[in-house]
Amino acid sequence: MRKEALIRWLFLGTAALSIVISALIVLTLARETFTFVTQVDLSSLWSEGWFPRRDLYDIRTLFAGSVLVTLVAMVVAAPLGMGAAVYLAEYARPRVRRALKPILEILAGIPSVVLGFFALTWISPEIVQRMNDEAALFNLMAAGIGVGLLVTPLVASIAEDAMKSVPTALREASYGMGARKVTTAVRVVIPASISGLVAAFILGISRAIGETMVVAIAAGASGGSLFSMNVFERGQTMTAAMASMAGGTDAVKGAGLTFQSLFFVGMMLFLLTLLLNMVAGRFVRRVRQKY
Amino acid sequence: MPPDSKLKAKKGIPTAQRLDISRSPSDVSLTEQEPVPVFEVDDLSVYYGAFRAIRNVGMTVCERQITSFIGPSGCGKTTLLRCFNRMNDLVDIARVEGSILYHGINLYHPEVNAVEVRRRVGMVFQKPNPFPKSIYDNITFGPKIAGLKGDMDEIVERSLRRAALWDEVKDRLKDSAMGLSGGQQQRLCIARALAVNPEVILMDEPCSALDPIATGRIEDLMEEIKSEYTIIIVTHNMQQAARVSDMCAFFTAEVNETSDTRTGILVEFDKTEKMFSNPADERTENYVTGRFG
Repeated sequence: MRKEALIRWLFLGTAALSIVISALIVLTLARETFTFVTQVDLSSLWSEGWFPRRDLYDIRTLFAGSVLVTLVAMVVAAPLGMGAAVYLAEYARPRVRRALKPILEILAGIPSVVLGFFALTWISPEIVQRMNDEAALFNLMAAGIGVGLLVTPLVASIAEDAMKSVPTALREASYGMGARKVTTAVRVVIPASISGLVAAFILGISRAIGETMVVAIAAGASGGSLFSMNVFERGQTMTAAMASMAGGTDAVKGAGLTFQSLFFVGMMLFLLTLLLNMVAGRFVRRVRQKY
Repeated sequence: MPPDSKLKAKKGIPTAQRLDISRSPSDVSLTEQEPVPVFEVDDLSVYYGAFRAIRNVGMTVCERQITSFIGPSGCGKTTLLRCFNRMNDLVDIARVEGSILYHGINLYHPEVNAVEVRRRVGMVFQKPNPFPKSIYDNITFGPKIAGLKGDMDEIVERSLRRAALWDEVKDRLKDSAMGLSGGQQQRLCIARALAVNPEVILMDEPCSALDPIATGRIEDLMEEIKSEYTIIIVTHNMQQAARVSDMCAFFTAEVNETSDTRTGILVEFDKTEKMFSNPADERTENYVTGRFG
């Protein structure tokens, strides 16, 4: 009996530990964010760019960068991911499916630093600069496409799960009415799994916002960036801004609030992804309830 | 113009032949006639991979009759039923040998389009499977994908009336079909099948998930629409077969000696009356009297 209790406490301890760590992370974020917000000159939050070492913390720059990259990423990932999901769930024969699913998972496992260099050395010159010959080598567009490729397997996998969870009986009902495969996919399976598909999309956005390495490498801005809404120019996202500062060896800590600004950006990132994940979770629950 | 003619395959079923089955209720003649064959099954075997599910089935299904398939579980009744609208096509490893003629045309001819077949030969499944859409959208699904223009409101009302569901749902057509009771859902599925104006309706144990009252309603409904449709029903309920069907086929499964599998065979096919009172085969008699199965 004592042994039983001991084991119970052991597992409780491991479970509790992960909660404690999460809480500590949030706490640290919150404390430094508080320091930053109370001490910063509020006008510097709305200036010409993000140059933390010069005490310019224009948050629009980072937002614009993140939004643009995410937008490009989803323009790539949504059709690719959904298309792959429809193919896997509705068209692929079991054997093809068994072969393709692991490949998709391998794609999801490519280290983002590799994709970052791929974005910089191939996507940027071969795709982006051909689209627009005035594009800089480092640009948000290439970063966005790279992030899109990274997010595609995630979107595909969640969307496929959602479509697979639509009962076969519904497909049979549709085929029995003389519907073709496309009709069944578009008019029956997709509407029946729409909440799961929306969830896949939102989680994709959440992942795209959080992606760091691809942007840090391919978008090119190190340290600071001017405000820009042009995807063909270099730019800075929230994540890449944090990485480029934290990665530098020079006095991140010394110069005024530079160090604290990292936590401020981190906090916003955290809240944003938390919100998106919660919304996605609600959609997933809705699709589960239906069947 | 009868809606059927719009369903003609662009390519697919050769048209000029005996396939002009544009029907309307007025075709029904009141005089007793020689029954017209709809399906002629000849030496049909179905395989799933190397496994033979049914073998050497031969039978003729006639127009505006209810034909029932009875027999113990695993004797291939559903497999055979799904041959009539080529639903077995959806199973990759399924393969059909022999032939099923539908008004003289081999359903498994390479030029026959399964989609066109299914618009003429509708299906009602074991478990009610309405789409998670409104009642209205469930009915209009078939006509819309078939490209029927027509007045959808009218199609919805006519189909629901024929399926004896109109009075119960007419005030909530926009509500989700998932909110209906099991029996109502199954009648909705029948109405949905009727909405594309098929000639044949295949029913795969349509009442197995329903209570006796709902079952009685479905049986009444079958009796009612029989004057316009040809119905084939698979059932585990012998009383149901005896009550509703004109013709009855008894299947059984034989155990294969080389492997531990079962292959369904057709034992006897005759008028239901005869099958239940004076069957020719001993196995049929044992089954219908409850001594086996």
